[in-house]
Amino acid sequence: MLEGEGKMIRVENLTKVFTSGGIFSKNTIVAVDGVDFEIKKSEILALVGESGSGKSTIGKMMLKLLKPSGGQILLNDKDIYKIKNNKEFYSKVQGIFQDPYSSFNPIFKVDRIFKLIKQSFKKEVSSSEWEGRVEEVLKKVGLNVGDVLNKYIHQLSGGQLQRLLIARALLMDVDVLIADEITSMLDASTRVDVLEALLSLKEIGASILFITHDLSQAYYMSDKIVVLYKGSVVESGSIEKVFSNPMHPYTRMLLDSIPQLDRKWEEDRISVEDFDKSRAAWKEGLCKYIDRCPLADLNCVRPKLKLVEEDHYVACVKM
Amino acid sequence: MVEIKGLKIYYKTLRGDAKALDDVTFTINDREILGIAGESGCGKSTLGNSLILLKPPMKYVSGEVRLNGERLPIDNTVEMRKYRYKKISLIPQYAMDALNPTRKIGGIIKDLVGQHRVKYEEIEGRLHERLRMVKLSKDILNMYPFELSGGMKQRLVLVISTLLNPDLLIADEVTSALDVSSQKAVSLMFKEFRDEKIVNSIVFITHDIAVLYQIADRIAIMYAGKVVEIGPTEEIMKNPLHPYTKALIKSLPNAGIRHTHQKLEGIPGHPPNLINPPEGCRFKDRCPFASDECLNEPPLVEVEPGRYVACWKVKGR
Repeated sequence: MLEGEGKMIRVENLTKVFTSGGIFSKNTIVAVDGVDFEIKKSEILALVGESGSGKSTIGKMMLKLLKPSGGQILLNDKDIYKIKNNKEFYSKVQGIFQDPYSSFNPIFKVDRIFKLIKQSFKKEVSSSEWEGRVEEVLKKVGLNVGDVLNKYIHQLSGGQLQRLLIARALLMDVDVLIADEITSMLDASTRVDVLEALLSLKEIGASILFITHDLSQAYYMSDKIVVLYKGSVVESGSIEKVFSNPMHPYTRMLLDSIPQLDRKWEEDRISVEDFDKSRAAWKEGLCKYIDRCPLADLNCVRPKLKLVEEDHYVACVKM
Repeated sequence: MVEIKGLKIYYKTLRGDAKALDDVTFTINDREILGIAGESGCGKSTLGNSLILLKPPMKYVSGEVRLNGERLPIDNTVEMRKYRYKKISLIPQYAMDALNPTRKIGGIIKDLVGQHRVKYEEIEGRLHERLRMVKLSKDILNMYPFELSGGMKQRLVLVISTLLNPDLLIADEVTSALDVSSQKAVSLMFKEFRDEKIVNSIVFITHDIAVLYQIADRIAIMYAGKVVEIGPTEEIMKNPLHPYTKALIKSLPNAGIRHTHQKLEGIPGHPPNLINPPEGCRFKDRCPFASDECLNEPPLVEVEPGRYVACWKVKGR
């Protein structure tokens, strides 16, 4: 095997259970329920689903910000929770989140932020070489060196800050980047620049988890997709296959709901959530999507992911 | 019908007035959904808010707004009370998070209509019927707001804000915080409320042009406090005329486009400072077609029947 070929991040049977309540009444919520996927080198995997489906929880667990209740996360075949040296871990895995203003220290200027990365992670690089590298990556993400280096965070726009975070990941030469809704606070005109910058990170060989609720963006960016519903994977595989031939009723409904620029919505197909029948259904061991699914009946026992064609998995007993 | 003529609304700041809405003129027709789109800071929310309440540092400078021929006293917060909620209703951004968490939903509605001297019993039948329209059970009146999901709350807010059958409903970013499936349901319910004549006209403010394409009859594009283009939805989307509209539509990823096939383009630069906006066209610094004539401000003129554009470069003027 060539060096670097096997580098990837893999998630196996990942589970997270949150408990709430006190001594007398204890509620448990299964936020992530046995999720598997892997992201290879230079691959972007889109993780999509509605709010509360567990997307961000998965992202946080992969960043070691939240401990899984079960399953494991393997970075180059090594359990990330067994990597005791956090500095070593975070030099390989980084995250970018929705609100860029809260990701930076507001009392530092941008050049200081880049110097701190050198001090913490790249001590071996000489200062002059580092400055050259900083300039190079800023250019790569479409930022003008003079426009950003001497500025405080509040003097920059959201789009510029998100690109700075990507530049930071480029400088650190990360293996894995978790991008959690990184464009949802941005305007359409700046959103594209951030997406392009993210693609430059893919070029250098990073594995990217692209968490989004915007399916058009997911399709634009990604190679693979995982569709989550209430913590479980309902459909996954190559993004071309899932988008051209969606099999799960939930994926179909999601794709139907995308507001497109050349086709109007079919107005008779509205899906709205109702009261919490779902939780009861879940306890009875039935499919979690049963309360909203047009095809559902009582034979819909909790389905397992099945291969339907090459590189395309669906979890639905009706398939 | 609502006519807005030469409306100027500024924000007072220590460094001078920010000209958030500068000489805006257009009409909202009867039975119409008018979509307003633009980037953050373009004045779209200011426009919606100014028709309801001028909260300082917002101030009225000039211009007028007429509702069915009657001049609205938008510069007089006390006089406006007669119109608010009854004739013009606003769903502000994040309205769904503004429901009192300590009151049951029925109680919130009772308080609200009471403020406008309407008895709850009078509108109770109507309330139940409307809840049915948005597919909510009337049991929610006995629940607290936090027991509902975002989509359910937004549907509830739609019902509450239209209980007195206003002429004009202004909806500010009502679908932005929702998932695609709820976004579709909520948007189509707004359309249904218009079709069922519960409200006469709707102004639908959003940054998401794709949603406007689905439900709006006409679209107005705003940039830096100005309306730069307005026209029928289909024509704006298929054949945008203003360079800003063109760039904006080009920057949107549509389902079915991959980066390996087609690269999207952003708009370089950023919107001007509204305290000292540049002379002439406000888009000229980011515009690939800009020339000397753009140093003069282009007026919004009708270039085809029903299509208005503010750009010197658009043919047909």
